[in-house]
Amino acid sequence: MSAKPMVIHGGRVVDPATGTDALRDLLLRDGTVAAVEKPGQLGKVQGATVVDATGLVVAPGLVDIHVHLREPGQSYKETIATGTAAAAAGGFTSVCCMPNTIPVNDTPEITRWMLAPERKAVVSVFPIGAATVGSMGEKLTDYAALRKAGVVGVSDDGKPILGDDIMLQTLVAAARAGLPVIQHAEDTRLTGGCSMNAGPVAFRLGLRGMTVEAEARIVERDIKLIREIVARDKHLRPHLHVAHLSTSRALEAVKQARKDGLHVTCEVAPHHFTLTDEAVGDYDTHHKMNPPLRAEVDREAMIAGLLDGSIDAIATDHAPHAAHEKQVEFERAANGITGLETALGLTLRLLHRKHGMKLERVIHLLALGPAQVLNLHGRGALAQGAAADVVLFDPGADWTFHASESRSRSKNTPFDGWSLPGRIALTIRNGAIVYRR
Amino acid sequence: MAGKKTASRVTRQAAASYTGTPVSKQSNPAGSLLSVTHLSLDDVSGILQAATELEAASPKERATLLEGRKVALLFYESSTRTRTSFELAAKSLGVVTTLVSDKSSSIEKGESLKDTGITLRALGAECIILRHLSSGAPWLLAESTGLPVLNAGDGMHEHPSQALLDLRTMLARLRLSPIARSAAGITKATLRGVTVVITGDILHSRVARSNALLLPRLGARVIFCGPPELLPEHATTLGPGVSIERDFDKALAQADVAMMLRIQKERLAGLQLDLAQYIDDYQLTADRLALYAPKAVVLHPGPINRGLEISSEAADGPQSMIAEQVRHGVAIRMALLVRALQSNGGPA
Repeated sequence: MSAKPMVIHGGRVVDPATGTDALRDLLLRDGTVAAVEKPGQLGKVQGATVVDATGLVVAPGLVDIHVHLREPGQSYKETIATGTAAAAAGGFTSVCCMPNTIPVNDTPEITRWMLAPERKAVVSVFPIGAATVGSMGEKLTDYAALRKAGVVGVSDDGKPILGDDIMLQTLVAAARAGLPVIQHAEDTRLTGGCSMNAGPVAFRLGLRGMTVEAEARIVERDIKLIREIVARDKHLRPHLHVAHLSTSRALEAVKQARKDGLHVTCEVAPHHFTLTDEAVGDYDTHHKMNPPLRAEVDREAMIAGLLDGSIDAIATDHAPHAAHEKQVEFERAANGITGLETALGLTLRLLHRKHGMKLERVIHLLALGPAQVLNLHGRGALAQGAAADVVLFDPGADWTFHASESRSRSKNTPFDGWSLPGRIALTIRNGAIVYRR
Repeated sequence: MAGKKTASRVTRQAAASYTGTPVSKQSNPAGSLLSVTHLSLDDVSGILQAATELEAASPKERATLLEGRKVALLFYESSTRTRTSFELAAKSLGVVTTLVSDKSSSIEKGESLKDTGITLRALGAECIILRHLSSGAPWLLAESTGLPVLNAGDGMHEHPSQALLDLRTMLARLRLSPIARSAAGITKATLRGVTVVITGDILHSRVARSNALLLPRLGARVIFCGPPELLPEHATTLGPGVSIERDFDKALAQADVAMMLRIQKERLAGLQLDLAQYIDDYQLTADRLALYAPKAVVLHPGPINRGLEISSEAADGPQSMIAEQVRHGVAIRMALLVRALQSNGGPA
């Protein structure tokens, strides 16, 4: 926490929480937003660091509710320090890290280890705990204890909770503990040996494809379980959050559930609204991830859902892997790409520039929306009393992303060399500068 | 070193093609054959012509053409025809070959494809012939080594030399129009009016893909035939000139070429296929041939399952060119080796 107050003046404050999109001056003090005033009204603040934000957007620090920081256990891919440095460079001030570490984050001890100052995180880290012991899908972990240690949700990400009984137990126990259940929706009984989306491209490349059904069936099943729980006990309100939703059919299921008043939320990754399975090209493993890049109709459905509000958040599924894990046969290559440093640029490129989404809505999807999904109070907003987490960027300035310059320890990105809008000038977390261009 | 020369050429090509916007990686060293889609019709003409010339040359003359050049055969999957064919083709050109298979090498100890390729290059290999169970593996090998790679079958993806030898068999056996026959080279009209029916396990077949990607470019019509489990509707998106007819008899009635595919038991993971029903619906029999396609040329890439996709009578009958395909295979592979090694600048 910065001891000195900070004044950010001359910038265009875009804050979906208060519906602000106007020139405002900002005072940060003691780790919170102390004041948001019309230009020139703050007066002189004794001993303050002064930041001139003329020509820049001043927005709440971005929130990524789906990242893999790889610690403990796989520090050759990423560490909490390098992953959060990449986050800061991408404008993120809060990240929620998935529990598929080695060992799996299924105890308060591991959660506390992740949160220890020795990890040298430069942005706020909110761990997600394993839903089942070892993410084996058999026995629930202790949700109350995990929550007390700092966990903000439970998930067996990457290993979907397939059994109906165990998923039902998970939803009930998490509802009692006040935690969302985050599901990687993939019926792995249907995706054995599959390495990309099912369809014409997979056929041409001779690769086994994951069908839309494999994702949608789990989402539909989970929603059915929530209906059963709610019907049995009116006082329980389970919260299902669908991770990296990628298909039109699964989105339809989510929409219907919300219409029926169930607490179901979802996130979409930038690559799923930017690219299609055509991008796999000649077996480029930097276009291999799970869920896979889908067909154009699904990509369009993701964009429509982001525009019409049926999708709550953009989340990167930042999944760093070492070069040797990608320089192998396509079917054997690790799933996933890095995403923290390209998320804002891709969102501006696709949604703002191409589809005319307002900046306020862009910031909603990258900050307030995700913070609300995982109940990160005071994050994703610039109202008085909110965390002093701020990002300054120039929406008009295009820049070129070079993987070699990434802060992440891994360089597995399909966006190397892409020109993106929205160069980040400054990232402030808890009132202190954590990234400066 | 030939390897080094190639690597720098690849680097230059990659640099020249870089545009600053999203680009796909260039991993196709000169002389490689990864996919039939990389061949222009002129390339196809050149390969066919070279095959004819090499076949006509005296064994003694042939043996000097690539004398002492080094080629590695890297086989991750069992093979009789393709491996022997490439090996005999190479030896008849004077090439020194070495066979590396997954069963008797460091691959068993977990050495990656990339490292295996780098090792073979360091040992002096100037070209690698790769058979691999993963679709796309030849791209990785070409990119890792910078050497010309000949794709001898990658997973369910492609088998380019098979499509070329199938084409050569068709050109030798079909009664093509005088214009097509007299043309000096291959054109987009060479197979105009020719219908090739490919029947069986299209989904898992690299032979089907390579043929369907090549033949329509010469004017042929390709009809895929098989049950939905083995032939998804989107197979027609492979390219123009490809259609589906699920009724085998109706398909056969249109066939100038009837290409039968092996039922690949090793790739049928999870599929419930009623073999008795399959035989009823899709087995090529002498009766069916006589009734629906008495003049069609019968092809099969092998190995054949007698009594499954094809009856013995049909396989051994007068319309069967299965053995002749094998002969054409050696000629085509000689041409591909010459193309691969000549583009490589000759011995250091």
